[in-house]
Amino acid sequence: MFVLAGFDTHFLDLAWAGVLLWLLLGFSALLAQRSKNVLLRLIFPLGGGVALCMAAIGLASLAASPATLALPIGLPDLPFHLRLDALSAFFLLLLGSASFGVTVYATGYFRSMKPAPLALLGLWYHLFLAGMAMVMLADDAYAFMVAWEVMALSSYFLVTTDHDVPEIRRAGFLYLLIAHVGAVSLLLAFGVMQGGNGDFSFATMRQAEMTPYWASVTFLLALFGFGAKAGLVPLHVWLPEAHPAAPSPVSALMSGIMLKTAIYGLLRVTFDLLDVQLGWWGTLALALGLITALYGVIFAAVQSDMKRLLAWSSIENIGILVAAFGLTLIFYTDGKGALAALTLTAMLYHAINHAFFKSLLFVGTGSVLHATGERRMGKLGGLIRFMPWTAWLTLIGVLAIAGLPPLNGFISEWLLLQAFLLTPGLTQPYLNMVIPVAAAAVALAAALAAYVMVKFFGVIFLGQPRAQALEHAHEASWPERLGMLWLAAGCLLLGLFPVQMIATIAPVVRLLTGQALINAGNWLLIAPLAAERASYAPLLFLAVVLTVLLLSFIWVRRVYHGRVRRADPWDCGYPEQDARMQDSAEGFGQPIRHIFAAFMRVERETPDPFDRHPRYRGDSRDKLWLLLYQPIARLAGWLSDQAARLQHGRIQWYLMYSFATLVFLLVFVSR
Amino acid sequence: MSLSYPLQVVNLLAALLLLISFAMLSQRRVVGLITLFAWQGAALAASTAIIAWSTGQHHLYYSAALTLILKVIAMPWFFYRIVRQLDVNREVESMLNIPTTMLIGIVLVIFSFNLALPISQMAGTVMRSTLGIAMACVLLAFLMMITRRKAITQVIGFLAMENGLFFAATSATYGMPLVVELGVALDVLVGVFVLGIFFFQIRESFESLDLKHMEKLREK
Repeated sequence: MFVLAGFDTHFLDLAWAGVLLWLLLGFSALLAQRSKNVLLRLIFPLGGGVALCMAAIGLASLAASPATLALPIGLPDLPFHLRLDALSAFFLLLLGSASFGVTVYATGYFRSMKPAPLALLGLWYHLFLAGMAMVMLADDAYAFMVAWEVMALSSYFLVTTDHDVPEIRRAGFLYLLIAHVGAVSLLLAFGVMQGGNGDFSFATMRQAEMTPYWASVTFLLALFGFGAKAGLVPLHVWLPEAHPAAPSPVSALMSGIMLKTAIYGLLRVTFDLLDVQLGWWGTLALALGLITALYGVIFAAVQSDMKRLLAWSSIENIGILVAAFGLTLIFYTDGKGALAALTLTAMLYHAINHAFFKSLLFVGTGSVLHATGERRMGKLGGLIRFMPWTAWLTLIGVLAIAGLPPLNGFISEWLLLQAFLLTPGLTQPYLNMVIPVAAAAVALAAALAAYVMVKFFGVIFLGQPRAQALEHAHEASWPERLGMLWLAAGCLLLGLFPVQMIATIAPVVRLLTGQALINAGNWLLIAPLAAERASYAPLLFLAVVLTVLLLSFIWVRRVYHGRVRRADPWDCGYPEQDARMQDSAEGFGQPIRHIFAAFMRVERETPDPFDRHPRYRGDSRDKLWLLLYQPIARLAGWLSDQAARLQHGRIQWYLMYSFATLVFLLVFVSR
Repeated sequence: MSLSYPLQVVNLLAALLLLISFAMLSQRRVVGLITLFAWQGAALAASTAIIAWSTGQHHLYYSAALTLILKVIAMPWFFYRIVRQLDVNREVESMLNIPTTMLIGIVLVIFSFNLALPISQMAGTVMRSTLGIAMACVLLAFLMMITRRKAITQVIGFLAMENGLFFAATSATYGMPLVVELGVALDVLVGVFVLGIFFFQIRESFESLDLKHMEKLREK
């Protein structure tokens, strides 16, 4: 890639061409609304090809110097500015590589749709991708907000693909509402940053010198705006509604990539556009991130709908990302550059990891949903026998998100914990006391995430089928398998080659914190900062794990195989076992529900003891919804009722309003 | 101070315009209202023509002709027809009693004269003193719209307001550019036709042209 460094400016042209191609594909999807073959065999694969090119552009331009471009579109005197620097390049890589897998999957997944809705979906799908790419490329507030809105609106239409279901319309509305509250906040943040001189380009904002007060105002507005998009508690409520409502590839894109655009925005505004950073911002972000992570994982543990579970798990991961962001800020403002670099590396690594494994899990649930028509985990089970491909590929994602070596989730969480543990003493004594607690909270979140994933995989794929119909579940189609294979391969490779990956993202870290992570190990061994403190060699680890597995397999075969095995009359207490005797999703989450009962409102229907067909239903509701959102909704309702009093239905009264306004204005003018 | 002869006629016509506005406010019959509206249009057309003649602003001749055709001939004829076809109750129903309306009207006239004083000092036209009358006409027409119940009186009020605005434009700046005036004339024409269609629809839905039936349309 260093050979290509002479073509710096062309990468940006290519990236912009990719955005245009996506737009073009989106609109040509509308023209092809009669033929499903054209849509699924031509337009979606081409979109996937563009995604792959985007990933290549991102990868190639990571080490290149920043390039800028002013487009001849936009408002008069306010053209769109584009810029491709290392940060944009990294997120383009994330977008392209993850969306390639999802798009390949989508060509198989959407086969059962009717052509007309599919064409619409194709339009919004490609607009969504183009919008996200534009967000990462934008170099002025105007282009950024336009791209941001394109992204928000197209994803709204994607969420409401099945708009004949009232719940989905409701989920879409909630998403749209919170997205726009956030967008208003972002607009205000940019307004503060341009400081009244009317120049909205990021280049001017970088130059501007702000007082700490106004910089803090900007940061808080940006944190609110991007937090609404990322699903930071307490702005997370749209996420568990919108993600399950959307078709699975869309959920994968939204959760895997769109949430990262908010992280991108936070990094861009805080480290690039603002010229001062304050330590307390980091503390705030760290606290909010940890609360979000714990809140998300606790609710993930008590869900019984598989996509909702994954949505809550996304909230948890966003929490970890924001916590890492906060820690980076703390180290950075405290002058600990090396530690800031380590934390930022961990954060970026986790961002791309999450893009891969969460997309993989979401598309995995999509295959299960297609095969069984069921999202409730209480009706699934034993699917590993009927859908081995889906099950095994999902298992890779599950192991990755649970943070088990040698997969990718382990690397980023390990690096983050290293950053927490290596703290040699910050200048603020309070923080020194708090950071071990924060480390413990991250560890707790990671452990609970593993618990959640055991539940997710165990209840859906292992055990016995909980319904007769599951035995006819069909395996995912080939494009679906290929898409999942790509994502799973990403999880594996990111886990096996961390040293190379860290070197790849080093330019981003250097751009933002001024220095890159020092790897004291070699190409095989990753050792952040100092080799004697902690090190990890994933390939070696994999080799040991595989050897041990092989040896024990052989040993078991040699020692036990062929022996007579006697079955006792009582059969270890399991003379017969049926699907109803297995641990259910609700049962598995019950300890968590008891421990963290304070956060949720539990609704339960327990069956009558004499009921022949007992049914149990348990539902855990988010208390924040009741305590925060419902009062706001009631207030808004009351205010609109007051405003509705103006409406009498009498034309004379309406004329009176205009008349009074006219007279008032005339008096006002004549004074 | 002696005024030139044409200008005295214009001032007389302006006074007539205001008088007709009051007459419309006090008129109890729909047919009478339409006749008054036609007369108002005629006074307007005449004053515009005289201004055009005395100041040499030729485009004002077109405006005058347009006013004459549209507001004196076409629309009153159209309204007479509607009244006959829909068999509207000939009595105008008013929300306020007429003496009160007249008193409010007088307050409005004083208000607009007061308001127009500083503006007319800035205007450079020969008949700037009539600006107050023009504004009074607008406000009186508005008052008529507020106090009447029938859909048809609303439309006439709306058109009378347009007359006032037209007069205001002529007296302050010798009228708007011809293109704008043509546009406005076309808008008024189309608007009246659309409203005419609405009359039939309202009548069909509510069996009456009384607007109080439309209160049912509100939410809840």
